[in-house]
Amino acid sequence: MGALNHKLLRDLWRIKGQAGAIALVVAVGVLLLVMMSGMISSLDETRRTYYERYRLADVFAPVVRAPEKMLERLAAIPGVDAVEGRIQGGALVEIAGQDMPVRAQIVSLPPWREPRLNGVYLADGRMPQAGRTEEVLLLRSFAKAHGLTLGDHLSATMHGSRRDFRIVGIAQAPEFLFTIAPGEFVPDDARFAVIWMNQDALEAAYDLKGAFNEALLKLERGAQVEPVLAAADALLDRYGGLGSYALEDQLSNRFLSEEIKGLRTTSSVVPPIFMAVAAFLLYIVVSRMVQSEREQIGLIKAFGYTDWEVSLHYIKLVVAIALFGAALGCAGGVWSGRLLAGVYQAVYHFPFLVFRVEPSSFVSGVAVSVLAAMAGGLLVLRQVFALTPAVAMRPPAPADYSRSGALNARLKRWLDQPSRMVLRRVVRNPGRVFGAVLGIAAGMGLSSAQLTVMSGFDDTLDQTFDVIDRSDVAVTFFEQMPDKTAFALQHLPGVIEVEPTRSVSAVLRHGTESYRGGITGLMPGARLSRAVDADHADIPMPDAGIVLAKALADILKVGPGDQIMVEVLEGRRPVLEVPVARIADTLLGAPAFMKLDVLNRELNEPGRITGAYLRVDAQAYPALFAALKDVPSVAGVSRKSDSRAAMKKLMDSGAGTMRFIMAAIAGIITFGIVYNTARISFGEQARDLASLRVMGFTQGEAAFILLGELAIVVFLAIPLGVAIGYGLSFLVAAGFSTDLYQISTDFKPDTYGLAGGAVVAAAILSGWLVKRDIEKVDLVATLKTRE
Amino acid sequence: MAKDSEPAGQTTFVTRGLTKVYGEGPAAVHALRGVDLEIPKGEIVVLLGPSGSGKSTLLNIIGGLDRATEGDAFFEDQNLSQMSDRELTLYRRDHVGFVFQFYNLMPSLTARENVELVTEIAEDPMDVEKALHLVGLGKRMDHFPAQMSGGEQQRVAIARAIAKNPTVLFCDEPTGALDSTTGRAVLHVINDVNRELGATVMIVTHAAATAQMAHRVINFADGAIRSVEVNDHRVSPDEIEW
Repeated sequence: MGALNHKLLRDLWRIKGQAGAIALVVAVGVLLLVMMSGMISSLDETRRTYYERYRLADVFAPVVRAPEKMLERLAAIPGVDAVEGRIQGGALVEIAGQDMPVRAQIVSLPPWREPRLNGVYLADGRMPQAGRTEEVLLLRSFAKAHGLTLGDHLSATMHGSRRDFRIVGIAQAPEFLFTIAPGEFVPDDARFAVIWMNQDALEAAYDLKGAFNEALLKLERGAQVEPVLAAADALLDRYGGLGSYALEDQLSNRFLSEEIKGLRTTSSVVPPIFMAVAAFLLYIVVSRMVQSEREQIGLIKAFGYTDWEVSLHYIKLVVAIALFGAALGCAGGVWSGRLLAGVYQAVYHFPFLVFRVEPSSFVSGVAVSVLAAMAGGLLVLRQVFALTPAVAMRPPAPADYSRSGALNARLKRWLDQPSRMVLRRVVRNPGRVFGAVLGIAAGMGLSSAQLTVMSGFDDTLDQTFDVIDRSDVAVTFFEQMPDKTAFALQHLPGVIEVEPTRSVSAVLRHGTESYRGGITGLMPGARLSRAVDADHADIPMPDAGIVLAKALADILKVGPGDQIMVEVLEGRRPVLEVPVARIADTLLGAPAFMKLDVLNRELNEPGRITGAYLRVDAQAYPALFAALKDVPSVAGVSRKSDSRAAMKKLMDSGAGTMRFIMAAIAGIITFGIVYNTARISFGEQARDLASLRVMGFTQGEAAFILLGELAIVVFLAIPLGVAIGYGLSFLVAAGFSTDLYQISTDFKPDTYGLAGGAVVAAAILSGWLVKRDIEKVDLVATLKTRE
Repeated sequence: MAKDSEPAGQTTFVTRGLTKVYGEGPAAVHALRGVDLEIPKGEIVVLLGPSGSGKSTLLNIIGGLDRATEGDAFFEDQNLSQMSDRELTLYRRDHVGFVFQFYNLMPSLTARENVELVTEIAEDPMDVEKALHLVGLGKRMDHFPAQMSGGEQQRVAIARAIAKNPTVLFCDEPTGALDSTTGRAVLHVINDVNRELGATVMIVTHAAATAQMAHRVINFADGAIRSVEVNDHRVSPDEIEW
């Protein structure tokens, strides 16, 4: 090993504290990069494997009642590889000890064989035996939420008749990663069950002997979805086809896709910020090192080393720090990725998780950190080249402050000498001060953006559950009922107010844009569930036209006055052309609203409803739920507080965890920059400070000069941090907002106050740490050295 | 030209058994081994001796920069060995001026401002311009250190040290980084300060020739005083043979 390399190792050891701090910044950036790209590719890969292994269909085609022979016709559609028909329907499940009935989806299992498509992963127990109509499989997440296990009994009301079942298996399935009750927006393990049972049991219950009500289609590799959807719709139309849809529109899959998309946004925004910060810190530290080693550099050059050899020495130093950080980050990324993958596996109900980090993310992690370090290092090279041996070996001239002269006249009148020292340093190194300001502001912006988004979720909840929906309980019926059914609810115990509603599924189209959703019919003057504008004022339902949620209007790219096509998927399946009347401000889902009787008139079904919102005396819940169990038309009952809790849980888990980690890491990095700024400033001024102390300045007075610069940096960084945070919050919120839910990005002074307060706290802590160093300065030794 | 100013008969410093040990155990280095010394008020005292002989250590302890391991050091009637850090800081602030080999000016302040830095906190400072005139820098007061030669910077350092009207002026190798002409000019300034302000001046140096301007010369070796000579034939710095 050459002498310079020895020097390299010793230098690294000498600056180990600062090198370690910078390596840590690099490591955090690489860690995030590796962890997030690892998470993303693992989720992608796991989903792909899971879907493939259990043969998840590419196309779902619900229908009212189609004869089994139609399956052959569907299989003959060009591009279709496999077809399965099944029966599925809604039911109400009674759970011992629960006052409220729980909605369930019942899915048929073919007799004597495995399902050709949409297979089931048996986590525990066995499949129901052919011919045993009382044996069922229960979805694992639901079983877990209610503590149900093998051998337990369930009672379910299907199509008005109650039957008892025995759980023989606990199952998971790729189509039910997220389970969402019809008409609800929020997945909730506890409030929606999936039950598999033998097909013959279902045929009897739903009167579908020799028929199916959902066709599943698997496409050949590379086949186009659109033509298949059209062909399937054409074939099933006369049997009451409800509109086929592709996997990408399947609700559970959509939730997962949106989560992955959110992760992707974050991973493209955050790690680069860390890398830039690391590059900046490296530049400052190495630049300072070259300054203090100018004599050595001169000497080495005098011995005959070339500029490049000397430069290479410093480049190696920088790269060594970067590589160390990158290695740490890669290892940490895999470790934390695995840890987080466990969390995600639980949240998304994967039976297994393929944790995989693309080798490319290691490569890009290492490459990015080395490049960032080199960017910092290359600027320093200029200094190395500029030093001739003769110049280098003379003591350095004092730093030249004469150019800050313009400031002088004004300074004189206002400031004492210590303040002038602080201000001149800032004026002399504007680039560096700007770098520190930017670094701190970026860190602060990052954490405040994450905090804004986190509290934006709370706004989403507040707006959805306090402003828009003011009911206590929502009741849905199995099918559309005469509106007097709703008013019958008025007589149930504890019911204060009833507001009927109707929802129909529909595809909304405008130009080439389309959205598969639904239309909600609202009573005139609806009070319990309503559409509101941006000021939270009621939007009265128009006599003509439709009111679209903002998210839906964005998807369809329409505004008030535009005409849209509505293909209703129920009843006589009319295709309506309606003008957009207003845009409603909603943060959950992407609903569309019409006046109830206008909707009914369009459907040619006057006086029909599908559900009702209730305002209820809280004392009467148990009695009300008991009574509702005995109303045969009721398909589901949901309590608003449960929906809200489920939503909150959804937002806190998964992506919420990530946001929390991000905010925490951003806080740490902000502290890192603040602390480094203080340290570097201390390193540069140690001699001046020692001189001041010798001249009789107290520690406090000396600290003022040292920390004054930090104070200015922090003072400048905070407003910039607010601006960056505000901008980033839009980016992050947009990344996480979907038609399933949107995140409000209103300016929230408290989150910025919190982030700014954290920066100030970091500055105070750093100041305190560095001030301790002032106390430890060896006055004598510092003065004897020549800088 | 020898000009004798009579010592006032009082002492500025008295040390008794002053000992300084760096490190512990077998690695311990005895920088001072029980030094007893009296420095009369108003004298120029030159401390001579090879590197590591203990002269700088002594200067640091009586200058309030360092503490003795054992023994006492009195400034007038105050025992420096018993002072807290804060008291030592105030001692330096009110009584002591320092001049260093490498000047130690604040690069971000002009000559005038460097001096003001001290006068702003001193109890009874002299006029800043007067201090700079004293060192012959009346015309370069608004220059930054980067715009000055080494000799000029050292003179600013001296102006800064004397502007507080110090009781004692400590100079650690004040000419160490200067050529002989400039060095002589700096010594001249130090001599004037002693004469005009009556400050006790202590100079640590390798340059034995400096001793020619001292009232008293203390020779150091191995952490102890080898000899103390009273110089009856002081010469002006201009006449010092280098």
